[in-house]
Amino acid sequence: MSTAAAPGTGELTKEDMLEHYRVMRTIREFEERLHREFATGEIPGFVHLYAGEEAIAAGVCAHLGPDDYVASTHRGHGHAIAKGCGVKAMMAEIYGKKTGLCHGKGGSMHIADLDKGMLGANGIVGGGPPLVCGVGLSAKVRGTDQVGVSFTGDGGSNQGTFLESLNLASVWDAPCVFVVENNGYAEATSSTYHQKGVDVAKRADGFGMPGIVVDGHDFFAVHEAAGEAIRRARSGGGPTLLECKVNRYFGHFEGDQQTYRAPDEVESIRATRDCLDQFVKRVTSAGLAEQPDLDKIDAEVAELLDSAVAEAKAGPDPTGEDLLTDVYVRY
Amino acid sequence: MARTITFQQAINEALASELERDNTVVVLGEDVVGGAGAPGDDDAWGGVLGVTKGLWGKAPGRVIDTPISESAFIGAAVGAASSGLRPVVELMFVDFMGVCFDQIYNQAAKFRYMFGGKAVTPVVVRTMWGAGIRAASQHSQALYPLFTHVPGLKVVVPSNPYDAKGLLIEAIRDDDPVIFFENKVLYAMEGDVPEESYAIPFGEANIVREGGDVTVVAIGRQVSLAQEAAERLAADGIECEIVDPRTTSPLDEGTIFESVETTGRLVVADEANPRCGLASDIAARVAEECFDSLQAAPKMVTAPHTPVPFSPALEDLYVPSAGRIEEAVREVAGGVKAAAT
Repeated sequence: MSTAAAPGTGELTKEDMLEHYRVMRTIREFEERLHREFATGEIPGFVHLYAGEEAIAAGVCAHLGPDDYVASTHRGHGHAIAKGCGVKAMMAEIYGKKTGLCHGKGGSMHIADLDKGMLGANGIVGGGPPLVCGVGLSAKVRGTDQVGVSFTGDGGSNQGTFLESLNLASVWDAPCVFVVENNGYAEATSSTYHQKGVDVAKRADGFGMPGIVVDGHDFFAVHEAAGEAIRRARSGGGPTLLECKVNRYFGHFEGDQQTYRAPDEVESIRATRDCLDQFVKRVTSAGLAEQPDLDKIDAEVAELLDSAVAEAKAGPDPTGEDLLTDVYVRY
Repeated sequence: MARTITFQQAINEALASELERDNTVVVLGEDVVGGAGAPGDDDAWGGVLGVTKGLWGKAPGRVIDTPISESAFIGAAVGAASSGLRPVVELMFVDFMGVCFDQIYNQAAKFRYMFGGKAVTPVVVRTMWGAGIRAASQHSQALYPLFTHVPGLKVVVPSNPYDAKGLLIEAIRDDDPVIFFENKVLYAMEGDVPEESYAIPFGEANIVREGGDVTVVAIGRQVSLAQEAAERLAADGIECEIVDPRTTSPLDEGTIFESVETTGRLVVADEANPRCGLASDIAARVAEECFDSLQAAPKMVTAPHTPVPFSPALEDLYVPSAGRIEEAVREVAGGVKAAAT
């Protein structure tokens, strides 16, 4: 159990900076749009927004290639974007359209793109960690240097699947990283109650692997710790548990009135700890990016989301024929 | 060339030949090697009943012991199937599905559909089922109807050594998740099995015995019991046509309907519990599709709606016997005679 050292901007180039910023800004814009669009009643079903946690998806996935796999959660839009899934196809999926990434059959909670190594958002809390043990096994048996990363919330870290997976990955020395996005709430129940407020990373000790806590609002802290964990996994050093302390800006799902949170809780976090604000301050003061570069990205992202939403709304619904396809490869 | 081997050896042969043919095939589960990390022989057990004995030496690194963590290792098999392997994972007794079912029916079964047709999940879950060895309530159930109910899973219930080998090879080569049910009473059953590799397609029922009077659809171990009953009935001039579906998903309804259209009478023999089981499903489908051909109400021979009892005196009453199948056939055949007079 150790805490990552205060991270610097190290070997990151301007190009890298702009790319990381674009990923985080795209996630933020995607979620803010969904928040507004959901209120119009046009989006079917449940939507769980990732806003506030962008530094984690961006900081971890920056170290992954398309051959590496991530298993996500019900709050999965950020992981999908950071792993390279198409933003327009994702938006169309959330609107339930045939043009969606999963042809409208998955929705927000099941966005996946195996070609990009995105094993799926997951409607089952704790559903993902066993899957990445399998990715690790697959990489070992086939002799590749692929890595599997699972994202789990603080709520999910209480599931048996999570704890069993830590043990299995450890037993197999599997190239896996278990990222816990501890946003302080399992739905509406505080982590001070549901896990006594104890760091999830401490559980790593019990399974013979390193457990690390970082500030999940700090891109550079996540990026550095994740980089070390992923390098370790890739080089045969086995799994790591990486806990990122963070906050979500919206409710458990859209429509959640969040009466369980203090009235000014989100406002004060947004004002003082926002991952994008912090990132911008760091890179501009270090001379790694100029404000106009970032403004340009903001404009491009806004434009992308404008057309993503417009195209999603205009996209065709799946038809009755689509209901019956893709159950089996062959039947 | 065929020689006589047991059901258990047939399973072992299928695994050995596929491990040799395709190096993305892995076998994993509790004690499938047996003895990993222990001071004695590394492959001490080869599975709790010895079914996977010897595989570890033939495919080093691809026959893998797991902790007793069904959720994690069944899920790992699913994740491995999504990322380049063809895992054959052992869920020792199907009763243990209670601690890992999410990874099977919510994950593996749904990936292809909910990911828009892009996912392929070539995983096989081998599992033991069935009453008859005094293993009591939590090691004896016939739970294939639960899996048959789930779209996205294929379900195989072999009744003899020849089918066991050919169907397991097919299962490993299939790109969909397959649940492969091995009846532990049948492990010692002997039969002619070719040495070479062969695959039996899914969804093709086997007509085990031809006959014109009563169609008997029998599942798994019930097939050999139905054969026993049919011998006795033939002596009295009642000819059974025994249909072994071999896979309950996909189910070869065509062969069943065709047979019932000829005989006009149906008995289904199924060791599962009666409510929402294979027997009730097949009887309902026959009533729906072959109503005009039926000359008597279909009859279901199943276990009672109870857990599996421990006491030998009770367990022997629980599993449908050849005698019960015989009685059911006489009833449906008798119904016809009564109507004719």
